[in-house]
Amino acid sequence: MKTRLAVDLSGLPPFGFDNRSPIWWGTLGFVAIEGMGFVLAVGLTLYLKHVNPHWPMDAAPPDLLPGTLLTGVLLASLWFNRSADKAARDGDLSGTRLWLVVMTVVGLATIGLRLWEFNALNVRWDQNAYGSCQWLLLGLHATHLITDVGDTAVLTALMFTKHGRGKRYSDVSDNAFYWSFVVAAWIPIYGLVYWVPRW
Amino acid sequence: MSEAVHPGASPVPVERAAAREASGETRTQRDTDLPDAELDRRLARTWGRPAGLVGWLSSVDHKEVGWRYFVTAMVFLALAGSAAMAMRAQLARPDAGLIGPDLYNQIFTMHGTTMMFLFAVPVMQAFGVYLVPLMVGARCIAFPRLAAFSFWVYLFGGLMLWIAFLLNAAPDVGWFAYTPLSGPQFSPGKRSDIWAQMITFTEVSSLAVAVSVIVTVFKHRAPGMTLDRIPLAVWAMLVTSFVVIFAMPAVMLASTMLILDRLVSTQFFNHEAGGDQLLWQHLFWFFGHPEVYIIFLPATGFVSSIVVAFAQRPAFGYLPLVLALVATAFLSFGLWVHHMFATGLPQLGASFFTASSMLIAVPSGIQIFCWIATLWGRRPAMATPMLFVMGFLVIFVMGGMTGVMVASVPLDLQVHDTYFVVAHFHYVLIGGAVFPLLGAFYFWYPKFTGRMMSERLGRWNFWLAFVGFNLTFFVMHVLGLMGMPRRVYTYPSDSGWGPLNMVSSIGSVMLAASFGLFFVNALWSLRRGVRAPSNPWNAGTLEWALPSPPPAYNFARIPIVTHHEPLWKERESLPVAHGLAVDEREILVSTLVEARPDLREVVPGSSIWPLISAIALSIAFVASIFSPYAALWGGALVGAALLGWFWPKSSHEDEE
Ligand code: HEM
Repeated sequence: MKTRLAVDLSGLPPFGFDNRSPIWWGTLGFVAIEGMGFVLAVGLTLYLKHVNPHWPMDAAPPDLLPGTLLTGVLLASLWFNRSADKAARDGDLSGTRLWLVVMTVVGLATIGLRLWEFNALNVRWDQNAYGSCQWLLLGLHATHLITDVGDTAVLTALMFTKHGRGKRYSDVSDNAFYWSFVVAAWIPIYGLVYWVPRW
Repeated sequence: MSEAVHPGASPVPVERAAAREASGETRTQRDTDLPDAELDRRLARTWGRPAGLVGWLSSVDHKEVGWRYFVTAMVFLALAGSAAMAMRAQLARPDAGLIGPDLYNQIFTMHGTTMMFLFAVPVMQAFGVYLVPLMVGARCIAFPRLAAFSFWVYLFGGLMLWIAFLLNAAPDVGWFAYTPLSGPQFSPGKRSDIWAQMITFTEVSSLAVAVSVIVTVFKHRAPGMTLDRIPLAVWAMLVTSFVVIFAMPAVMLASTMLILDRLVSTQFFNHEAGGDQLLWQHLFWFFGHPEVYIIFLPATGFVSSIVVAFAQRPAFGYLPLVLALVATAFLSFGLWVHHMFATGLPQLGASFFTASSMLIAVPSGIQIFCWIATLWGRRPAMATPMLFVMGFLVIFVMGGMTGVMVASVPLDLQVHDTYFVVAHFHYVLIGGAVFPLLGAFYFWYPKFTGRMMSERLGRWNFWLAFVGFNLTFFVMHVLGLMGMPRRVYTYPSDSGWGPLNMVSSIGSVMLAASFGLFFVNALWSLRRGVRAPSNPWNAGTLEWALPSPPPAYNFARIPIVTHHEPLWKERESLPVAHGLAVDEREILVSTLVEARPDLREVVPGSSIWPLISAIALSIAFVASIFSPYAALWGGALVGAALLGWFWPKSSHEDEE
């Protein structure tokens, strides 16, 4: 088919942040998928709790310390996370590197705390349906911690190489966005795992 | 209007231009001053893939990936169809001994599972992957490597299922694998695990495609393609992708829990330890009913495209058609419980779900009226695509009527688990999805291959399918009302079900023959078909502006859209945008609502890593059927593969 030139695109910028960037939307898509997974996991736990009025069935509720500590660390990490995001948006290479390193270390710490949490649940996954739910909830969230910490570590390494420029800054920003989701998803799960059995 | 014709005409801010200057980007060769032939040559070099086997395996071209999806889905259709023919052979006469009970269980499970998860959903994804970028005027699909990865994951999941069948380890618990039958107590061995893991494979792949399709539609539309100019078929794929995103996590979670129950003794579905079997049904049907619409909604998109092209006028009621899609999607999530009326739910709940089940007939009705109105007073040429659309309308309306019947609780209780239900869902699935699909295949085949399919064979194909289908499945309604249960491997002769079953089996031979003709036609036309022009049906959407088959880069210059049937609006020449790089894979990113040009982005090219990652993932999935530790080392394996995928190979590369 014949064509005629009408619009010049050559002046457009090569990358953008937030909803201008396709990757941001891709991340949002996966956040929706995984968010749905969390919603369902919470829903099925409440369903099983409804079927078994004695919740935590015949087990003791989990120890509060590790989970609460983790919640504190996650909330505090939001601040570092924002700093990484902001440095990336300003195109500030040394700031981006610094905050990414901090986020990687904090991330590793959260994984360590998560292992401790499993030990303090006071129930095995095969003991009863309550135990299965507790392990499922913590496990599902743990996969998100691990994925994002892995991703952050790789990005951190990249920012120390010659690849740390241009579009990579918007990747850092998208990674920060995903971490906020991981933290936000934790709050209701924390309540469900630690406080609902004490109700 | 002028705003739409020149959507990117706003002057470029000075600092942007300065930033370009500084980053040395001015060196890139842009398409603006290149003559057409030179432009095509250079784009072909940039967007092509390496030759040879490794190049073939590395392809991330959405048309190649989409085509692979088609071919694979069609092979699974043939396999599942063979399973169906085996069942019809066994059921043709009472007390037949061709197939024993254990094998029969495996065969109907394989048939249902393969049809739903390995044929119907992936074949719709194939259209999405192939056509959506073309229809929105994009150079490629969003996240091309993710799309390639999703294909390999799908392929390996299907292979696992069928290899297990050959090893006598196929699942035998029905396509919805109800607990406790599928649980550790009643299904020892690995059969249910194979089923559960097949689910994980296919859902990973569908979810990945859904994200790619959504982002393609949101961010890669051609300038001027505002929301109300998006082709109806694209709307259908978009809405479907959203249904996928919200429905599929439920079945993934459920199948994971099932495998955990079986492998490490969690107690989710075990009544003795506080679990609940009905929980399985809730989770499964929360996915399972939307699943039907995941298959059906894209089909309505095909119907819209075909009807509009054959009526040679824009769709009557564009807005109601779009709203009907959206309404169907929402309602589809309110329906799951109707599969569970026989479980004794509270009265009020049952009434609610009856009401919403009947309500969903409304948007379908609206769509049907809009299509009829579009055709009203026209004399569409009755070529094969149109024939299949007519067949669809007739069969689908019948399926919908039996659907409204089983939506009422008393009737459902009567025919629950009989052949009435088997008849109903084949009317909906084959009438509602497979007929439009075949029509769509005839319709777009010239675009895919550059050849037309044979009309003569096409007409035979259609009439055999139409008659054969109704023979096979209409009598099943009667058998169901006579009380014949589904999922039985044989029945006694004094039941009186023999003659009708014979009729059904004869019909199924005709139906199978029609599919045979379809395959013959598709293969024969590949070499011998009449050469297709770029727009054989004189249709109005963007894919028809391209040569058949389209080149690797799709559009040499990105078209500018001024109407929802752009080619009908711009008959003389198509306005296009220019200024993209030709020596890098540069694409246009536009804004969500108005599709104003916003960014030029470089996208990743061919890579073997999606395949390697899919292999790693498959090893992890299959191994975790046998050992829980595989989840740990398999996860590490996948992590390593993903690292290879994402780590940039050259300083040029901007990867996903
Ligand atoms: C070639 C044409 C087909 C024939 C002759 C056929 C035949 C049958 C028969 C006889 C059954 C009942 C088995 C039993 O209950 O014992 C069945 C079940 C089923 N069919 Fe088909 N079918 C065909 C095509 C399809 C298609 C295209 C789909 C989906 C897109 C499909 C999906 C299913 C499902 C989901 C079941 C239920 C399996 C189960 O009970 O677990 N079929 N089919």
